[in-house]
Amino acid sequence: MSALTYEDVISKYEPVLGLEVHVELNTNSKMFCGCSTIFGAEPNTQTCPVCLAMPGALPVVNEKAIESTILIGLALNCSIAPFSRFARKNYFYPDMPKNFQISQYDEPICVNGYVDVEIETDEGPQSFRIEIERVHMEEDTGKSLHVGGSTGRIHGADYSLLDYNRAGIPLVEIVTKIVPGTGKYAPEVAKAYVAELRDILRALGVSDVKMEQGSLRCDANVSLRLIGSEVLGTRSETKNVNSLRSVERAIRGEMIRHAERLNKGEKVVQETRHFQEDTGLTRSGRSKEQAEDYRYFPEPDLVPVVPDAQWIEKLRAGLPERPSLRRKRLQEQWSVPDKEMAAMINADVLNIVEETVLLGADPTKARSWWLGEISRLANEKDVAITALAITAKDVAEIVSLVAQGELTDKLARQVVEGVIAGEGTPAQVISARGIKVVNDDSALMAAIESACAAQPETAQKVRDGHLPAAGALIGIVMKETKGQADAARVRELLLGHLGQSGN
Amino acid sequence: MSSLSRDDVANLARLARIEMTDQELENLTTEFAVILNAVARVQEVATTDVAATSHPLPLKNIFRSDVVIPSLTPEEALSGAPASEEQRFRVPQILGEEA
Amino acid sequence: MIKNSAAEMSAALSSGATTSVALTQAHLDRISEVDGKVHAFLYVDTQGALEQAKKIDDARARGEKLGPLAGVPLALKDVLVQKDVPTTCGSKILEGWRPPYDSTVVTNLKSAGVVILGKTNMDEFAMGSSTENSAYGPTHNPWDLTRIPGGSGGGSSAALAAFEAPLAIGTDTGGSIRQPAAVTGTVGVKPTYGGVSRYGLVAFSSSLDQAGPCARTVLDTALLHEVIAGHDPKDSTSINAPVPQVVAAAKSGDVKGMKIGVVKELNGDGYQAGVRQRFEESLELLAKAGAEIVEVSAPNFEYALAAYYLIAPSECSSNLARFDAMRYGLRVGDTDGASAESVMNMTREVGFGREVKRRILLGTYALSSGYYDAYYGSAQKVRTLITQDFNKAFEKCDVMVSPTCPTTAFKIGEKADDPLAMYLNDIATIPVNMAGIGGMSLPSGVAPEDGLPVGFQIMSPVMQDQRMYSVGAALEAALLSKWGAPLLSQAPVLGGVA
Repeated sequence: MSALTYEDVISKYEPVLGLEVHVELNTNSKMFCGCSTIFGAEPNTQTCPVCLAMPGALPVVNEKAIESTILIGLALNCSIAPFSRFARKNYFYPDMPKNFQISQYDEPICVNGYVDVEIETDEGPQSFRIEIERVHMEEDTGKSLHVGGSTGRIHGADYSLLDYNRAGIPLVEIVTKIVPGTGKYAPEVAKAYVAELRDILRALGVSDVKMEQGSLRCDANVSLRLIGSEVLGTRSETKNVNSLRSVERAIRGEMIRHAERLNKGEKVVQETRHFQEDTGLTRSGRSKEQAEDYRYFPEPDLVPVVPDAQWIEKLRAGLPERPSLRRKRLQEQWSVPDKEMAAMINADVLNIVEETVLLGADPTKARSWWLGEISRLANEKDVAITALAITAKDVAEIVSLVAQGELTDKLARQVVEGVIAGEGTPAQVISARGIKVVNDDSALMAAIESACAAQPETAQKVRDGHLPAAGALIGIVMKETKGQADAARVRELLLGHLGQSGN
Repeated sequence: MSSLSRDDVANLARLARIEMTDQELENLTTEFAVILNAVARVQEVATTDVAATSHPLPLKNIFRSDVVIPSLTPEEALSGAPASEEQRFRVPQILGEEA
Repeated sequence: MIKNSAAEMSAALSSGATTSVALTQAHLDRISEVDGKVHAFLYVDTQGALEQAKKIDDARARGEKLGPLAGVPLALKDVLVQKDVPTTCGSKILEGWRPPYDSTVVTNLKSAGVVILGKTNMDEFAMGSSTENSAYGPTHNPWDLTRIPGGSGGGSSAALAAFEAPLAIGTDTGGSIRQPAAVTGTVGVKPTYGGVSRYGLVAFSSSLDQAGPCARTVLDTALLHEVIAGHDPKDSTSINAPVPQVVAAAKSGDVKGMKIGVVKELNGDGYQAGVRQRFEESLELLAKAGAEIVEVSAPNFEYALAAYYLIAPSECSSNLARFDAMRYGLRVGDTDGASAESVMNMTREVGFGREVKRRILLGTYALSSGYYDAYYGSAQKVRTLITQDFNKAFEKCDVMVSPTCPTTAFKIGEKADDPLAMYLNDIATIPVNMAGIGGMSLPSGVAPEDGLPVGFQIMSPVMQDQRMYSVGAALEAALLSKWGAPLLSQAPVLGGVA
């Protein structure tokens, strides 16, 4: 395939990035009408005259969507415009019922922000500032299903079937300024930026940020210029970049593709390209014979958004801690090793662990429950941890029962299983299942005596000071008490009984 | 400046998604010469110190609460569709960019 | 009975002298009799109207409290959607479409018990001043069937003048309620922008469109105004304030001490002699009734027409983009292998008439990159100047007045090939839409030279709609006592029923 390596590219060219991220907000209703936004509903069951663009229907702005957008702007260090307006972006496309998209043009709601991201470089961790040009509101389009033809793709299809459930779902577009100066780390920086955005948006609670469901989508603009040059190269815009890994791959791939063309003395075409998950390459979108002219003008069916300072400050006061700072703080507070921290972030249990700790649980114990047994059960059931019937409160309670010696680790696992199976709170599970640590010494002594009687030779060995032999006797006692005894206590009593106390 | 060529008019028709006959394009080119001359008068008084009015009333911040209200039934939604299939609007093959 | 006013019909219904079913049937009969000549209606909902009439009669029999217009029939302009009733906007592109929802105006009419007889003819998508641009053929002026009934709401005005309905709904973007009222000798009001919900009004130019009441008397117009007006959360541009007390104003008709501003720029060259004569006479009558007549100037009104023919086409080019053959309405050229784009292109070519296409292309141009500032942007500035002119003038007067249009009804076909001459009809009505204020047209007599009705326009400031009703009622009363009978009694008799 390509003779050019990534190292060849970066030794000669500097990449310049521009990233546009679309976020579907998680409002209950659509941007301009009261239709539900639930993902995966039957086709065209979440539509109305407004989102189907029936003649005469009019849009009304969802207040929650405006608040979410302002929150995003604030979290990205943007200024909130004292006056902003919606504008119509006019172009014809069957998945867009009005044949114009209500968007924002020269008066977006948030401008001029930044996000700092940190990546591992050859010289250790390094921070990059990504400047945000604007954050604006718009609406999503419907979904088309292409029927006929061989590929199932748009080209070659005989006809298309349209479902407008998604049409009108609020979208926020976050646009960076051009990002120069990332050099060979451009793909990693872009990935880290999208990941940081995802974490910020998740912390704000304004979106599901599920890239695989399309609630977070990234378009990556890439251009190359000779190192040292001030002139920007021609850019390509890659769409369909639907995972963090793809962000990195798409940018790397585009850098190599551009460099190959430039090295051959060919021009890079300014065009839209589509990322192919399977190959990691991009494919040219159908280039339009003539450029579109969107004929933006202020949306006459809507009135300006003029947020007063009080409203903005109220929203600002409710901003959560920046995810990167919070991660650092928690890692320090809980003394978590880097690898474990990464595992927690990956498994998305940071929030629930924190909640459990705030309820009094030991951080290490809380972490090990959520990351261990509970994650394992969630994987088994193939559901998200948050979808399980166990709460931070349940886990905190279990951790506390173990600490008090009311439960052994083994019993605690049974309680966790019970809670997840929907049997109730830990207390209810314990009582219903009859789970109890046997800590009645006389009951234990009876079991110990009977074990020693059953295995007199082993008992003798212990009496003679051969302590490892005690394990077999402890095992019998534990079996006898169905694991409900505290093994440490059994050992203590057994050794005492056989004249080896103090060891 | 207020004159359009036939090609300009054809390009407008393309942007507006209207197939036009040669005769229509001819007629419109002639009519636009007259009409544009008349409407260009707005430039006589539209000086930079005048603010633009896009809306007759000084309204602002009109919102609805984020509450779900019942949608149309799919039958109602599709009732006017020229063609439908599998509870979806059936449309001719879409050329152009992949969505 | 059909020649009575809606207020009189309402009284007859309340007293039991008639029933809504009888009244509705009388109008349906009248429609059968004369609409072949007038062509005011695109669709007559015989069954729906009679069912609604019956429902009102039953409610009245049960002693339910009913609004003043309950049981009175009405003609609805075909630009407002009514659930399950065909809505075409006078366009082929919507032929056969039955909306699955009601416009707010229709919801309000239904809850007031008004009986909707059917949908009236109009210039396609309300673009025109003569109703000749309907894809379903022109409407004829009952005063002279060879003449236009005005437009775009010529169906509604003709239905009133032909006694096919005592009430009608129109919409007014640049004069489409007032100019038809003027040329048919009826009354029409464009309320303050935002006074009546636009939800379910098929948009032509969103920042100018306004639905309003039409009738044969000022009081009837006011009664209908109060039924359809009011805040609507489904329309973001709807005004959230109490509806002006227009019925009370129409009943009192008191103009003593009111200052009436005559717009210097809207009464001179280009205005037909008979139009000016009737206008002067009306001013004298108002002065006699106790009003003070003052002159006001609005120097920027001369740019209103140019600005209008940029703003309205621009907004319409976007509003009408939704008619694309994908989700409803006409679809043309869907043959094997055709693309969605070619089907859109062909459908819009076949489905839209000449004037609509002309305006869509004009608007597409005015908004296009590189021309926006020169055209659309400049037009928006003119809008500011016109509003300033109104604001200054209203410092000197309570209402402003002018002839509604420069001429009486012209012949069908006379201006069909001259768009600019056609556009000039709206020269006096357009400024009102640009500023979003209220405007009324009521008959001020006939022009001596052609015997055709002349309209008198009254303009009132934002949300002061009651003022134009006071002045209109005063003038109507003075003219009625002068004429001895309503103006429409001078119109030719179209059918046998009187």
